[in-house]
Amino acid sequence: MLLVIAEHRSGKLNRATWETIAFAQQLAGGQPIAVLVPGAASVSAELAAAAVKEVVNVESAVLEPYTPDGYTAALQQAIEQLQPALVLLPHTYQTRDFAPKLAARLDRALITDVTGFKSSGGATVFVRPMFQGKLTADVAPQGPPPHFVTAQIGAFRADQAARGASPAPVRSIAVSVDPSVVRQKPEAPFQEAKQAVDLSQAERIVAVGRGIKGQEHLPLAQKLAEAFGAELAASRPICDAGWLPMERQVGSSGQTVSPKLYVALGISGAIQHVVGMKGANTIVAINKDADAPIFEVADYGIVGDLFDIVPALVAELQK
Amino acid sequence: MKTAVCIKQVPTRDWQPRLNDAKTWIRDQDAGYEMNEPDQYALEEALRLKEAHGGEVVVCSAGPARVAQVIREALARGADRAIHVEDDALASADAFVIASALAAAMRDEKFDLVLTGLQSDDQGFAQTGVVLAEKLGLPHATIIMDVKADAPSAGSGKAGLRVKRELEGGWFQWVSMPLPAVLTIQSGINQLRYATLKGIMAAKKKEIRKGAAAAVAPKQKIAALYAPEKAKKTNMIAGSPAEAAKELVRTLRDDARVI
Repeated sequence: MLLVIAEHRSGKLNRATWETIAFAQQLAGGQPIAVLVPGAASVSAELAAAAVKEVVNVESAVLEPYTPDGYTAALQQAIEQLQPALVLLPHTYQTRDFAPKLAARLDRALITDVTGFKSSGGATVFVRPMFQGKLTADVAPQGPPPHFVTAQIGAFRADQAARGASPAPVRSIAVSVDPSVVRQKPEAPFQEAKQAVDLSQAERIVAVGRGIKGQEHLPLAQKLAEAFGAELAASRPICDAGWLPMERQVGSSGQTVSPKLYVALGISGAIQHVVGMKGANTIVAINKDADAPIFEVADYGIVGDLFDIVPALVAELQK
Repeated sequence: MKTAVCIKQVPTRDWQPRLNDAKTWIRDQDAGYEMNEPDQYALEEALRLKEAHGGEVVVCSAGPARVAQVIREALARGADRAIHVEDDALASADAFVIASALAAAMRDEKFDLVLTGLQSDDQGFAQTGVVLAEKLGLPHATIIMDVKADAPSAGSGKAGLRVKRELEGGWFQWVSMPLPAVLTIQSGINQLRYATLKGIMAAKKKEIRKGAAAAVAPKQKIAALYAPEKAKKTNMIAGSPAEAAKELVRTLRDDARVI
């Protein structure tokens, strides 16, 4: 049995759960799939629409609010009861917070950030990026099952998750966790500041990365953005350095965008950035490194010095 | 406060990957190396906590002999001493093996706080800090953007931690927990300092204790390593800057029709 662990924040389902269900359905090869819902039985009905064998609620007071200690203790017992061959999760920040602990507690393999799978001599290997996306690896989990696998956000499509002809049965299992195992005391999530810029609505975006070299060069990118009629955005290191406000950051920790045109200037294309922009209709990459991973998602690429190419582009657009 | 910072040595950002003959790992000898970027922020945070609260910063690394380079770098930036778990097999080891090696060497030190980067720029597991917490039996929090180490711990009267976790999409959350604890640090939490000449000289006299690697079976095996398969057919535009700019604008207007 393949077990998908659903993710929600206080009862609101994270859509990445559907991507993970799609992954499980592609991988299953006739094996049954169960979806495990930690706490929040409210999302179970929604998930029962999936073509899966069953939806299983785990009920325990330690599951709300989320803590890594509570999740690890409760899910350890649930997995021991259900005995899955494989456990699948979306590679979200929450998964990253508890799944390594859960896998370590059970002394099992955890393969993270997986984008696909292959059969190799009867065994399944999982495909994942390494070295900031410069290389790809086929990785075989070692040791006894269940193995844990996390799916990269966007690698599998939520709209390809098969729905069942009738709702899957929903049942609950009980676990017994002493609340004193939970050492973290979380406070309510909050947003830092009201987002003044909604990049998700932008039709065109010019984004800068480390290749811009210094804050003093940002007006060059700004000029190109104006010539394209685009919003200016950036990869994480630019916002970390304080050269642009955090609200202009595109990527897993910033905004997810899908403009008609995305122009990446001096952005290498680390996966944390790519997950935020690969939905763009047309992607242009300008980078001095011909091997930069950004060219793998680009529709148009120019290898060269952005300090030569951007002024030429501005001049061309102003003709 | 006695703080450990776990650092990893990874290939430099401009390194061009080359594979070994078996195509299961990189040609280590061709790569230049540097300190993993998120670990640099973890080190900086530890140094700032020491400046605010006193104590000691001990840098810990698991890897082959070449890792001494980033250990010296960390000592030059201000760490007090180091622990190096040295083993050639650790160069390509998985997160469980590395966390086990670190845990074995760190356990008896009884650190108040252990900081790691949130993930490494080489294999990018995003697991080592959390697995280390489990192996040391300590509470943890991940992807941290602020650390307050003087918060009173609920009930116990002892010092505790209050940390700001980054959630996705611009959301954050404060979490409290007792010390000792493990935190994985997000890039950008602070502004990095660089080693001074004085720091580099002082580093030469600082202790690097060698630890032995634990015998732990790997949890994953790299069956093949290769250049990424292209998701899209990329139209590469050549020529001088002016020629390339002209062709790009033409194709965006006439073919893609996005401007």
